[in-house]
Amino acid sequence: MTDFSPLTALLGGVFIGLAAGALLLLDGRIAGISGIFAGLLRQQKTEIGWQAAFVVGLVAGGTLMAVARPEWFRFGIERSWGAIAAAGLLVGFGTRLGNGCTSGHGVCGLSRFSRRSLVATMTFMVTGALAVLVVHRLFGGSL
Amino acid sequence: MRRNSIAFLSGALFAVGLAVSGMTQPARIVGFLDFAGRWDPTLALVMGGALGVMIVAQRLTRRLSKPVFAGSFPLPSPITIDARLVGGAALFGVGWGIGGFCPGPAVVSLGAATPPAIVFTAAMAAGMVLFFVLCAPKRSPTPGPAIADHDR
Repeated sequence: MTDFSPLTALLGGVFIGLAAGALLLLDGRIAGISGIFAGLLRQQKTEIGWQAAFVVGLVAGGTLMAVARPEWFRFGIERSWGAIAAAGLLVGFGTRLGNGCTSGHGVCGLSRFSRRSLVATMTFMVTGALAVLVVHRLFGGSL
Repeated sequence: MRRNSIAFLSGALFAVGLAVSGMTQPARIVGFLDFAGRWDPTLALVMGGALGVMIVAQRLTRRLSKPVFAGSFPLPSPITIDARLVGGAALFGVGWGIGGFCPGPAVVSLGAATPPAIVFTAAMAAGMVLFFVLCAPKRSPTPGPAIADHDR
């Protein structure tokens, strides 16, 4: 188990809030990452520019942090390639069906006190916890 | 152009926030979802920090007539709570618990070029394309209300 550091968690959360808040107040856009990433795949002319810029920013930020602190990108769990691919498929399909992920519903939606986002957030936290329970109890922690 | 620069900087800051807070480490996500084991509260604090700032930002949208560099704020998303919302969120949660990645940390981890993140993100893109092929309504020739594509 990883050690818990409340200060960096809060600080990182504030950065995320500032990033989403700036995008909203300056650009009038919602920082829902599954929607923005999916937008790249759909390629709608009016949206693709800013969506691509945002995703390039995410990746560039990741590269910067990985150079400084590679240990912040440790996978740290035991999963087969098949399990990782299945998880990715579920996340991709599920976030489009449910119209959002942790950033869109969990941060942007909840901060507007959206009931839809509250229901979505509670749902994915419960099924996520159930999935972890199954992996830990039935499969001994690796899948 | 200026709006795209803001989107780039917002994405980069978002990435730094996710990495600093530990959200690009799937073990932490699984630890948060492991309520029956050694619970890792990190994700709750990250969401708390982000929500604290964003609640203020949402309040400011009511004071401002429009965003600084854009014509209008996004319209509120639809209020219906239906089977698609709950079913989609449920599927997402299962994938989140198995893989330990949600879309943000997965895309940010592409920048670190870690193999699990590459496989996960490729599969996530495939899942989205699968959805568009199977479930998405056909695109109308005239752009509809901004909701559909602004809704996260």
